[in-house]
Parts: sequence; C-alpha cells; structure tokens
Amino acid sequence: MHAPVEKIVAPSGQWPGGAAEAATKIGAMRVPKNLANWAPMAALALLAAGFSLASSQFHTAANLQAILEASAVPLIIAVGITFVILQGSIDLSIEGVTAIAGIGLSLLAANSSSSLEFGWWGVTGVLVGGLLFGLANGALHHLLRMPSLIVTLSTWFIGLGVAALLFPSRQPQVLDQRLLDLSILKIAGISPIVYVSAAVLTVGVVLQGMTRFGRLSYAIGEDERLVRMSGIAMGRHKVAANAISGFTAALAGVFLTCQSGVGNPTAGQGFLFPAISAAVIGGTLLSGARGGVLQTALGVFILQVLENGMVLVGANPLSQQIVEGATITIAVAIGGYPLIRKLRVVK
Amino acid sequence: MNPVVELRGIVKRFPGVVALDRVDVDLRPCEVLGLIGQNGSGKSTLVKAIAGVQEPDEGEIRVRGVRQRLASPQMAASLGIGMVHQEQSLIGSLTVAENIYLDKPSDSYRFGWYRWRRLFDAARRQLDKIELDIEPDALVSTLTFAQRQMVELAKVLAVEELVEGQIVILFDEPTSVLGRSDIEALFRQIRRIGSRASVVFISHRMDEVLEISDRVYVLSDGEKVAERNRGATDPDELYKLMVGRQRAPDDARQSRLKGSEPQLLEMRGIVVPGHVHGVDLTVGVGEIVALIGVQASGAEELCRGLFGLNERMAGEISFAGHPAHIKGPTAAIALGIGYLPAERKVEGMVRGQTIAENIALTFGLDFGRAGTIIDRGKERREARLWADRLKLKATGIDERIERLSGGNQQKVVLAKWLMGRNLKLLILDHPTRGLDPGARGDVFRAIRELAASGLAILFIGDTLDEVLSLADALHVMRDGRITQSFPDLAAHRPHEEEIVRAMV
Repeated sequence: MHAPVEKIVAPSGQWPGGAAEAATKIGAMRVPKNLANWAPMAALALLAAGFSLASSQFHTAANLQAILEASAVPLIIAVGITFVILQGSIDLSIEGVTAIAGIGLSLLAANSSSSLEFGWWGVTGVLVGGLLFGLANGALHHLLRMPSLIVTLSTWFIGLGVAALLFPSRQPQVLDQRLLDLSILKIAGISPIVYVSAAVLTVGVVLQGMTRFGRLSYAIGEDERLVRMSGIAMGRHKVAANAISGFTAALAGVFLTCQSGVGNPTAGQGFLFPAISAAVIGGTLLSGARGGVLQTALGVFILQVLENGMVLVGANPLSQQIVEGATITIAVAIGGYPLIRKLRVVK
Repeated sequence: MNPVVELRGIVKRFPGVVALDRVDVDLRPCEVLGLIGQNGSGKSTLVKAIAGVQEPDEGEIRVRGVRQRLASPQMAASLGIGMVHQEQSLIGSLTVAENIYLDKPSDSYRFGWYRWRRLFDAARRQLDKIELDIEPDALVSTLTFAQRQMVELAKVLAVEELVEGQIVILFDEPTSVLGRSDIEALFRQIRRIGSRASVVFISHRMDEVLEISDRVYVLSDGEKVAERNRGATDPDELYKLMVGRQRAPDDARQSRLKGSEPQLLEMRGIVVPGHVHGVDLTVGVGEIVALIGVQASGAEELCRGLFGLNERMAGEISFAGHPAHIKGPTAAIALGIGYLPAERKVEGMVRGQTIAENIALTFGLDFGRAGTIIDRGKERREARLWADRLKLKATGIDERIERLSGGNQQKVVLAKWLMGRNLKLLILDHPTRGLDPGARGDVFRAIRELAASGLAILFIGDTLDEVLSLADALHVMRDGRITQSFPDLAAHRPHEEEIVRAMV
C-alpha cells in the first residue's frame, strides 16, 4: 500500500544559481542514499589511511604530487569513456587511438625521423584525428546498428596496426622543446598535464550536468527505446559520446609522447582496462545510466593510490594486478548489490 | 457540442484476429469516457489508435472535425493528445522536470545547453496545475510508484501548452497497480482536469469505471456492443453486455467422481507481495484446474511462484503428500512440475534450434547413458514419439522451431515437458494465446488426453469459453485473491455473467 501522494515531498533542495555549483550537484552526486554511493569514497579514505599507517612516505607532499601526476593520463581517458559507458555502450578502441596519436605526434612535431615541424599544429592535428576516429566508431555503431563492443574491438586493432605502420625504421625522438616541457615544467610544483586533466574533468562535469547531450546520455543508457519513442534524434548524442572518447584518448597519447620524449606504438598499452575499471569502481555501471564523471575520477584515484601505496609498502609488483582485480570484483559486488534488490521490487 | 475526437469504422487486424471491427467512437468535450470489456476485447487497441501508437488498418480519425493521420505519438501530441501508459514511460535517472519535457519542444535548452532554472520553473507550473507536491529536481528513481504515475499525468498534461483548446488524455489501466488512496488521488486529478480535457479511461475494475466515467462504451470481441450514460445502467447489465455473443460450446467434460483421486498439490495461504494475497488451492491427480482473471489478478504470479520463479512467494505447499519448498525451477522440475510460459517465444523455446533439440532441452539427459552422456538416438526417438502423439505438423523433427506456426511451436514446448518421466503437474500459463482456432483445438485435445492419463493440469485461461470447455474446476481471481470457486464445473455449470462478475 502506498502512502497518499500529497503528503510525500520528494528529497530536494533549492537550486543554486551558480553554474559550477549547479554542475557538481547535477552530476548525480546527490545525497548518498545507499551503500554504493558512498562506498568508493570510503574505500579511498580507507586506502589512504591504511597506507599512511603502513608507510611514512605515503602522506608526504611529494608523494601526493606523484599520485596526481600518475593519475593525469588515466583520468583524461576515463572521463572520455565515461560518456560512452553512461549510454550503455563501450569503447575498446582507446589504446589504438592513443597509439596512433602518440606515434603521429612524434612524427608531426619536430623530431629525429621526419622533416616535419608542425609544433602545436601537430598536436591539433592529432587531437582532431582522435575525434574523427571516435566519430567513425560512433557512426558505425549507430548507423549500421553494430554492437559497440564489436565495432571498437575491430577499430582497436586497426588503430594498433596503423600505429605500427607509421613507426619508421628508427624510433622518432621528439625534439620540440615546448612539448617536452609539458612534463618537465612545473607550475606550483605540478606539471601542466595535471592541470589539463583537471580541466578535462571540469569540462566533463559540465557536459554531463549542463547539456542536453549529457542528460540524454543517462536517458539513452537507461532506456534507448523510450528515448526514441519520445521523438528525440539520439544518433548525434551516441556519435558525440564516441567522439569525446576518441578525443580524450588522443589527448592521452599526446601526453604520453611528451612524457617519454619518443614515439612508441605501444605507448597506450595497459590504459584501457584501468579506465574501464576506474569507471566501475567509482560506481558507473557498464549497463549504463548510473554514475558519472566524478565517480569515475574517484575510481581513478582509488586505483592510483592502490598502485602507489603498494609500491611504498614494498609489495611484490606482480601481486598488484591481483589486488587490482580483486578490488574491481569487490566494487562490482557492492555496486550491484542494491540493484539486485531493486530489480526484484521495481516494476 | 461537436466531438473532440471522432473515430469512424476503425478496423485493426493482427495475425489471426480482428482486434477492432468497424468501431465508431465519439469523444465529447470535457467528458470522461470509460471503456470496458474483457481481455482481448479491443480496449487497448482502441486507445493506442487514438494515441498514435498503432495506426488502424481502416477507418478515419477526426480531431476537432479535421481528418488526421496519427502515425506516431509525436503527431498525436502535436494535436493535444497524450496517453498515460500502463507501463510507465519515465526515465529514472533523470529529474522530474526533464522527464516532463523529454518529448516536447521547450525553450529550457538552447543549442544543447540546459537552462535549469527555466526548466524547473516550467515543470513547477505543470506540477502545480495538478497540485502535486513533488520537487521538479527530484530524480524520478527516488519517487514511489504512485508519485511516478502522477508525474506521468503531469507529463501528459503539459501537451496543453502545445495546442489551443481542448486536450485529450488517454488512460490505459492506470489503476491496476495503485492502492485505493492513490486511485482516489488520481480520480481527483481526472475530475480537476475535466474542464479543459476530454478523458478516455480504461480499467478492468467495473466499479472504478462507473465511478469516474460520464459515459461508457462496452467492447466485446473487437466490436462496440453498447453505449450507456452514467446513471442509465448498472453493473449487472454491463456484465451481460461484456459476455456478449461469446457462449461456451456444449462439449463440456463428463463429471469426474470428486474425491476419488488423491490430492496432488495443496497450497495454503499463498502470498506474493504486491500480487497474491492469500490463496488456497488444490489440484488432484488427473484433474484440470483453471484459473481466470483479468490483468493483474495475480494468477500469473501464483503460477510462476509455484514453478519457483518468484523468490518472494510465501505460504504452505504440499506436493504428492510431502511439504515442498520450491526454491527455483530446478527444484520444481525435480518434484515433477512443468511450466508452459505465456511468453512462448522468450521463455518457452530456443530459437534457432530444431524441434528435436527443443523437445530434448530439459529432459534429454534422462535418456542418456548413466545420466551424464547424451544419447542422441534415444533422445530423438522419444522426441519423435511425442511429436507424433501431439500431431505436430512439420517436415520433420530437424526443422527449426521458428519456422513453425504458433500452435505447432506450442506443441513442441508441451512435448518438452511431456518427455519428463516424472512429470506430475503441468502448469499452463495462457496456453492458447496467439493460436488460431484449429491449433487451439489440437492443444485442448492434447491437454484432455494428458489429464485422462493421470497428469494434473493447472492452467490460466484467456477466455470463459476456454475454461468452461476444458476445466474440471474453476477459480476466479481478482486483485490477488480467489473471489469465487466452482469446484465441479460438470455438476454445476455457472453462468458466464456470474464468472465475469467475480473477475471485474
């Protein structure tokens, strides 16, 4: 039996005027109601506390800086893929895009292999390339109604293959000092990459909370049929999500090349799985419509703190993957538990 | 006054049935029009035609005197017609305000940017119209079911901003999952909007339709059989009209000697939260027991629960003389219970596989070696045996199941269960749904033969005619309870009106 409608006031508050304030509120970061919502936050705090006790170095400013630096590239990738995941799709092609972008930049900017010297235009070109790559993913997925898993699985390998083809006989060294400075220079003790990643996160939060694209991403993830029945042209939103994911993957490729100073077709390797895990650990469901960019960021930090802390306490590096895998399992179990109950109750 | 919506000679056919047969309807300004009829009488099809969900095959629709083609819900909405769906059409991860304007043009977003304040203000106005105390920025997933129904109403009512003058609101069974107090709240809203809206209201509950409607149409087998004004009719007359020309044939079964066979299944105080509220039921060996009820009567949930498909079912079950705890389908099958689902294509058969593979799906290994290794030959012989006994029409048992007609597919699903050597009780959930009369007759014959050989049958019927010609005992369900029982149909044959009265 339901209570009378009139007496129930749904949980809410006055909407604050400021865009930034509104944005954080819209990002589904409402009052935590169940375990799944605060579990990632608690896990991060618990990890930090544990490592602080175990290692005196963990809590130092230098180490926190190191964690931020290490989080930058994974965060950029993870923010991009979050939109695809929110819509209930997946983008596996990230490593391919990152590889092309990395090797592409090392050839377009001043380098030891080619005579090209495009500088910032090289960066722009690579980023546009990533955007187009994602666009193609989205178009294939939407227009041909192919599952995103299959589309991006194949473009993943195409990307890796293209990157390998681009690789010249000798490894290209990046000679453009402005690019190399991106990882060497420090602003207030932190490299520009970290600022860029923070900017990407902010843009992600705004997109998610302030635009029709962001809001409809949730709707598409929850019930695509209903969105179509409502007369909404949703193809553009699905393609846009993939384009964003391609763009952020290319951006990651740019920074990886700047960090290493050389073009490397395998530079993106090992970034796909952590990006997806970060989203899942933060509470973004692979089935779509739950979670968001901020939750994903939380997931990125959890993984980075875990990695960093385990090095500090001197754990076997090989056991790291075991712990990471176990963390994901636990996160999914906790995140999925309330949902199981819900499926039984909700019609 | 000129009607807001006029339907003339509307015909809608589905494979095997005529859902609407030259139906005329007038919907007048500011009235609440009720539609009543049994399951499958065409009520839902009729409102779907007005809502643009399903275009009729023939006939014309006029809205405010102008002939219109309503090919999509958007086209209907642009003419000021909205529908409150039986299954709700809200997105839980969005706010109330976003849901209200999801399917409508709005100035609350420009170039893809949300203007939240504007959106919330606009939504607030919509919610205020029906005096709904829900915040526009609440996530829909945090609302109760009844609140969502109200938001759905607000969403539909917002179409009035799109058109001048009267709007049309269609309700397709809005009350089937609401409690009494929520229904009253809904009725208050319907009366409130009466000054600027015309309403079409469908419910399977007779008292509700009579309470809210100014005028009712009675549908039976796709035809409009009567029109009555409020006050000019009474439930008895309407029950008679609902039964219509539908009369049970006279081939009812011989009376069985009651009590001569032992009880196979005894259920006491069965409860499925939200669906079944305390049901007692017994089925004897070789007995055919029918359940009948309108949608949401609880009969489906009762049967699914008995097969272990609902973990929240509680109550005492005794099977073959022993207390039984049926935790899942595997446990049910081990006891000797089979279940033929209503959703044949989804739950009953494996598409893309052959007839033989489908028949052997559940009990194939029983014919294997030592219960672990498949014996194809034996399995196929057994499958062929049942295919023949059920008079399956196919080129052979290696034909793929989706190539068969609905009736033959149903026979395959039936054969799957009959292969079980231990089978004692077969639950049939709407076994003849979607079958043509010939196939229906075949399935009936098979069911009778099975019962004669000692198998107990519990089935949910679609029509009165079906249960009266097939069952030994009949239980009528409504709102999760058995409202009337006819333990021996052959000895005491109830009037159709009597059954319908217990149903609605």
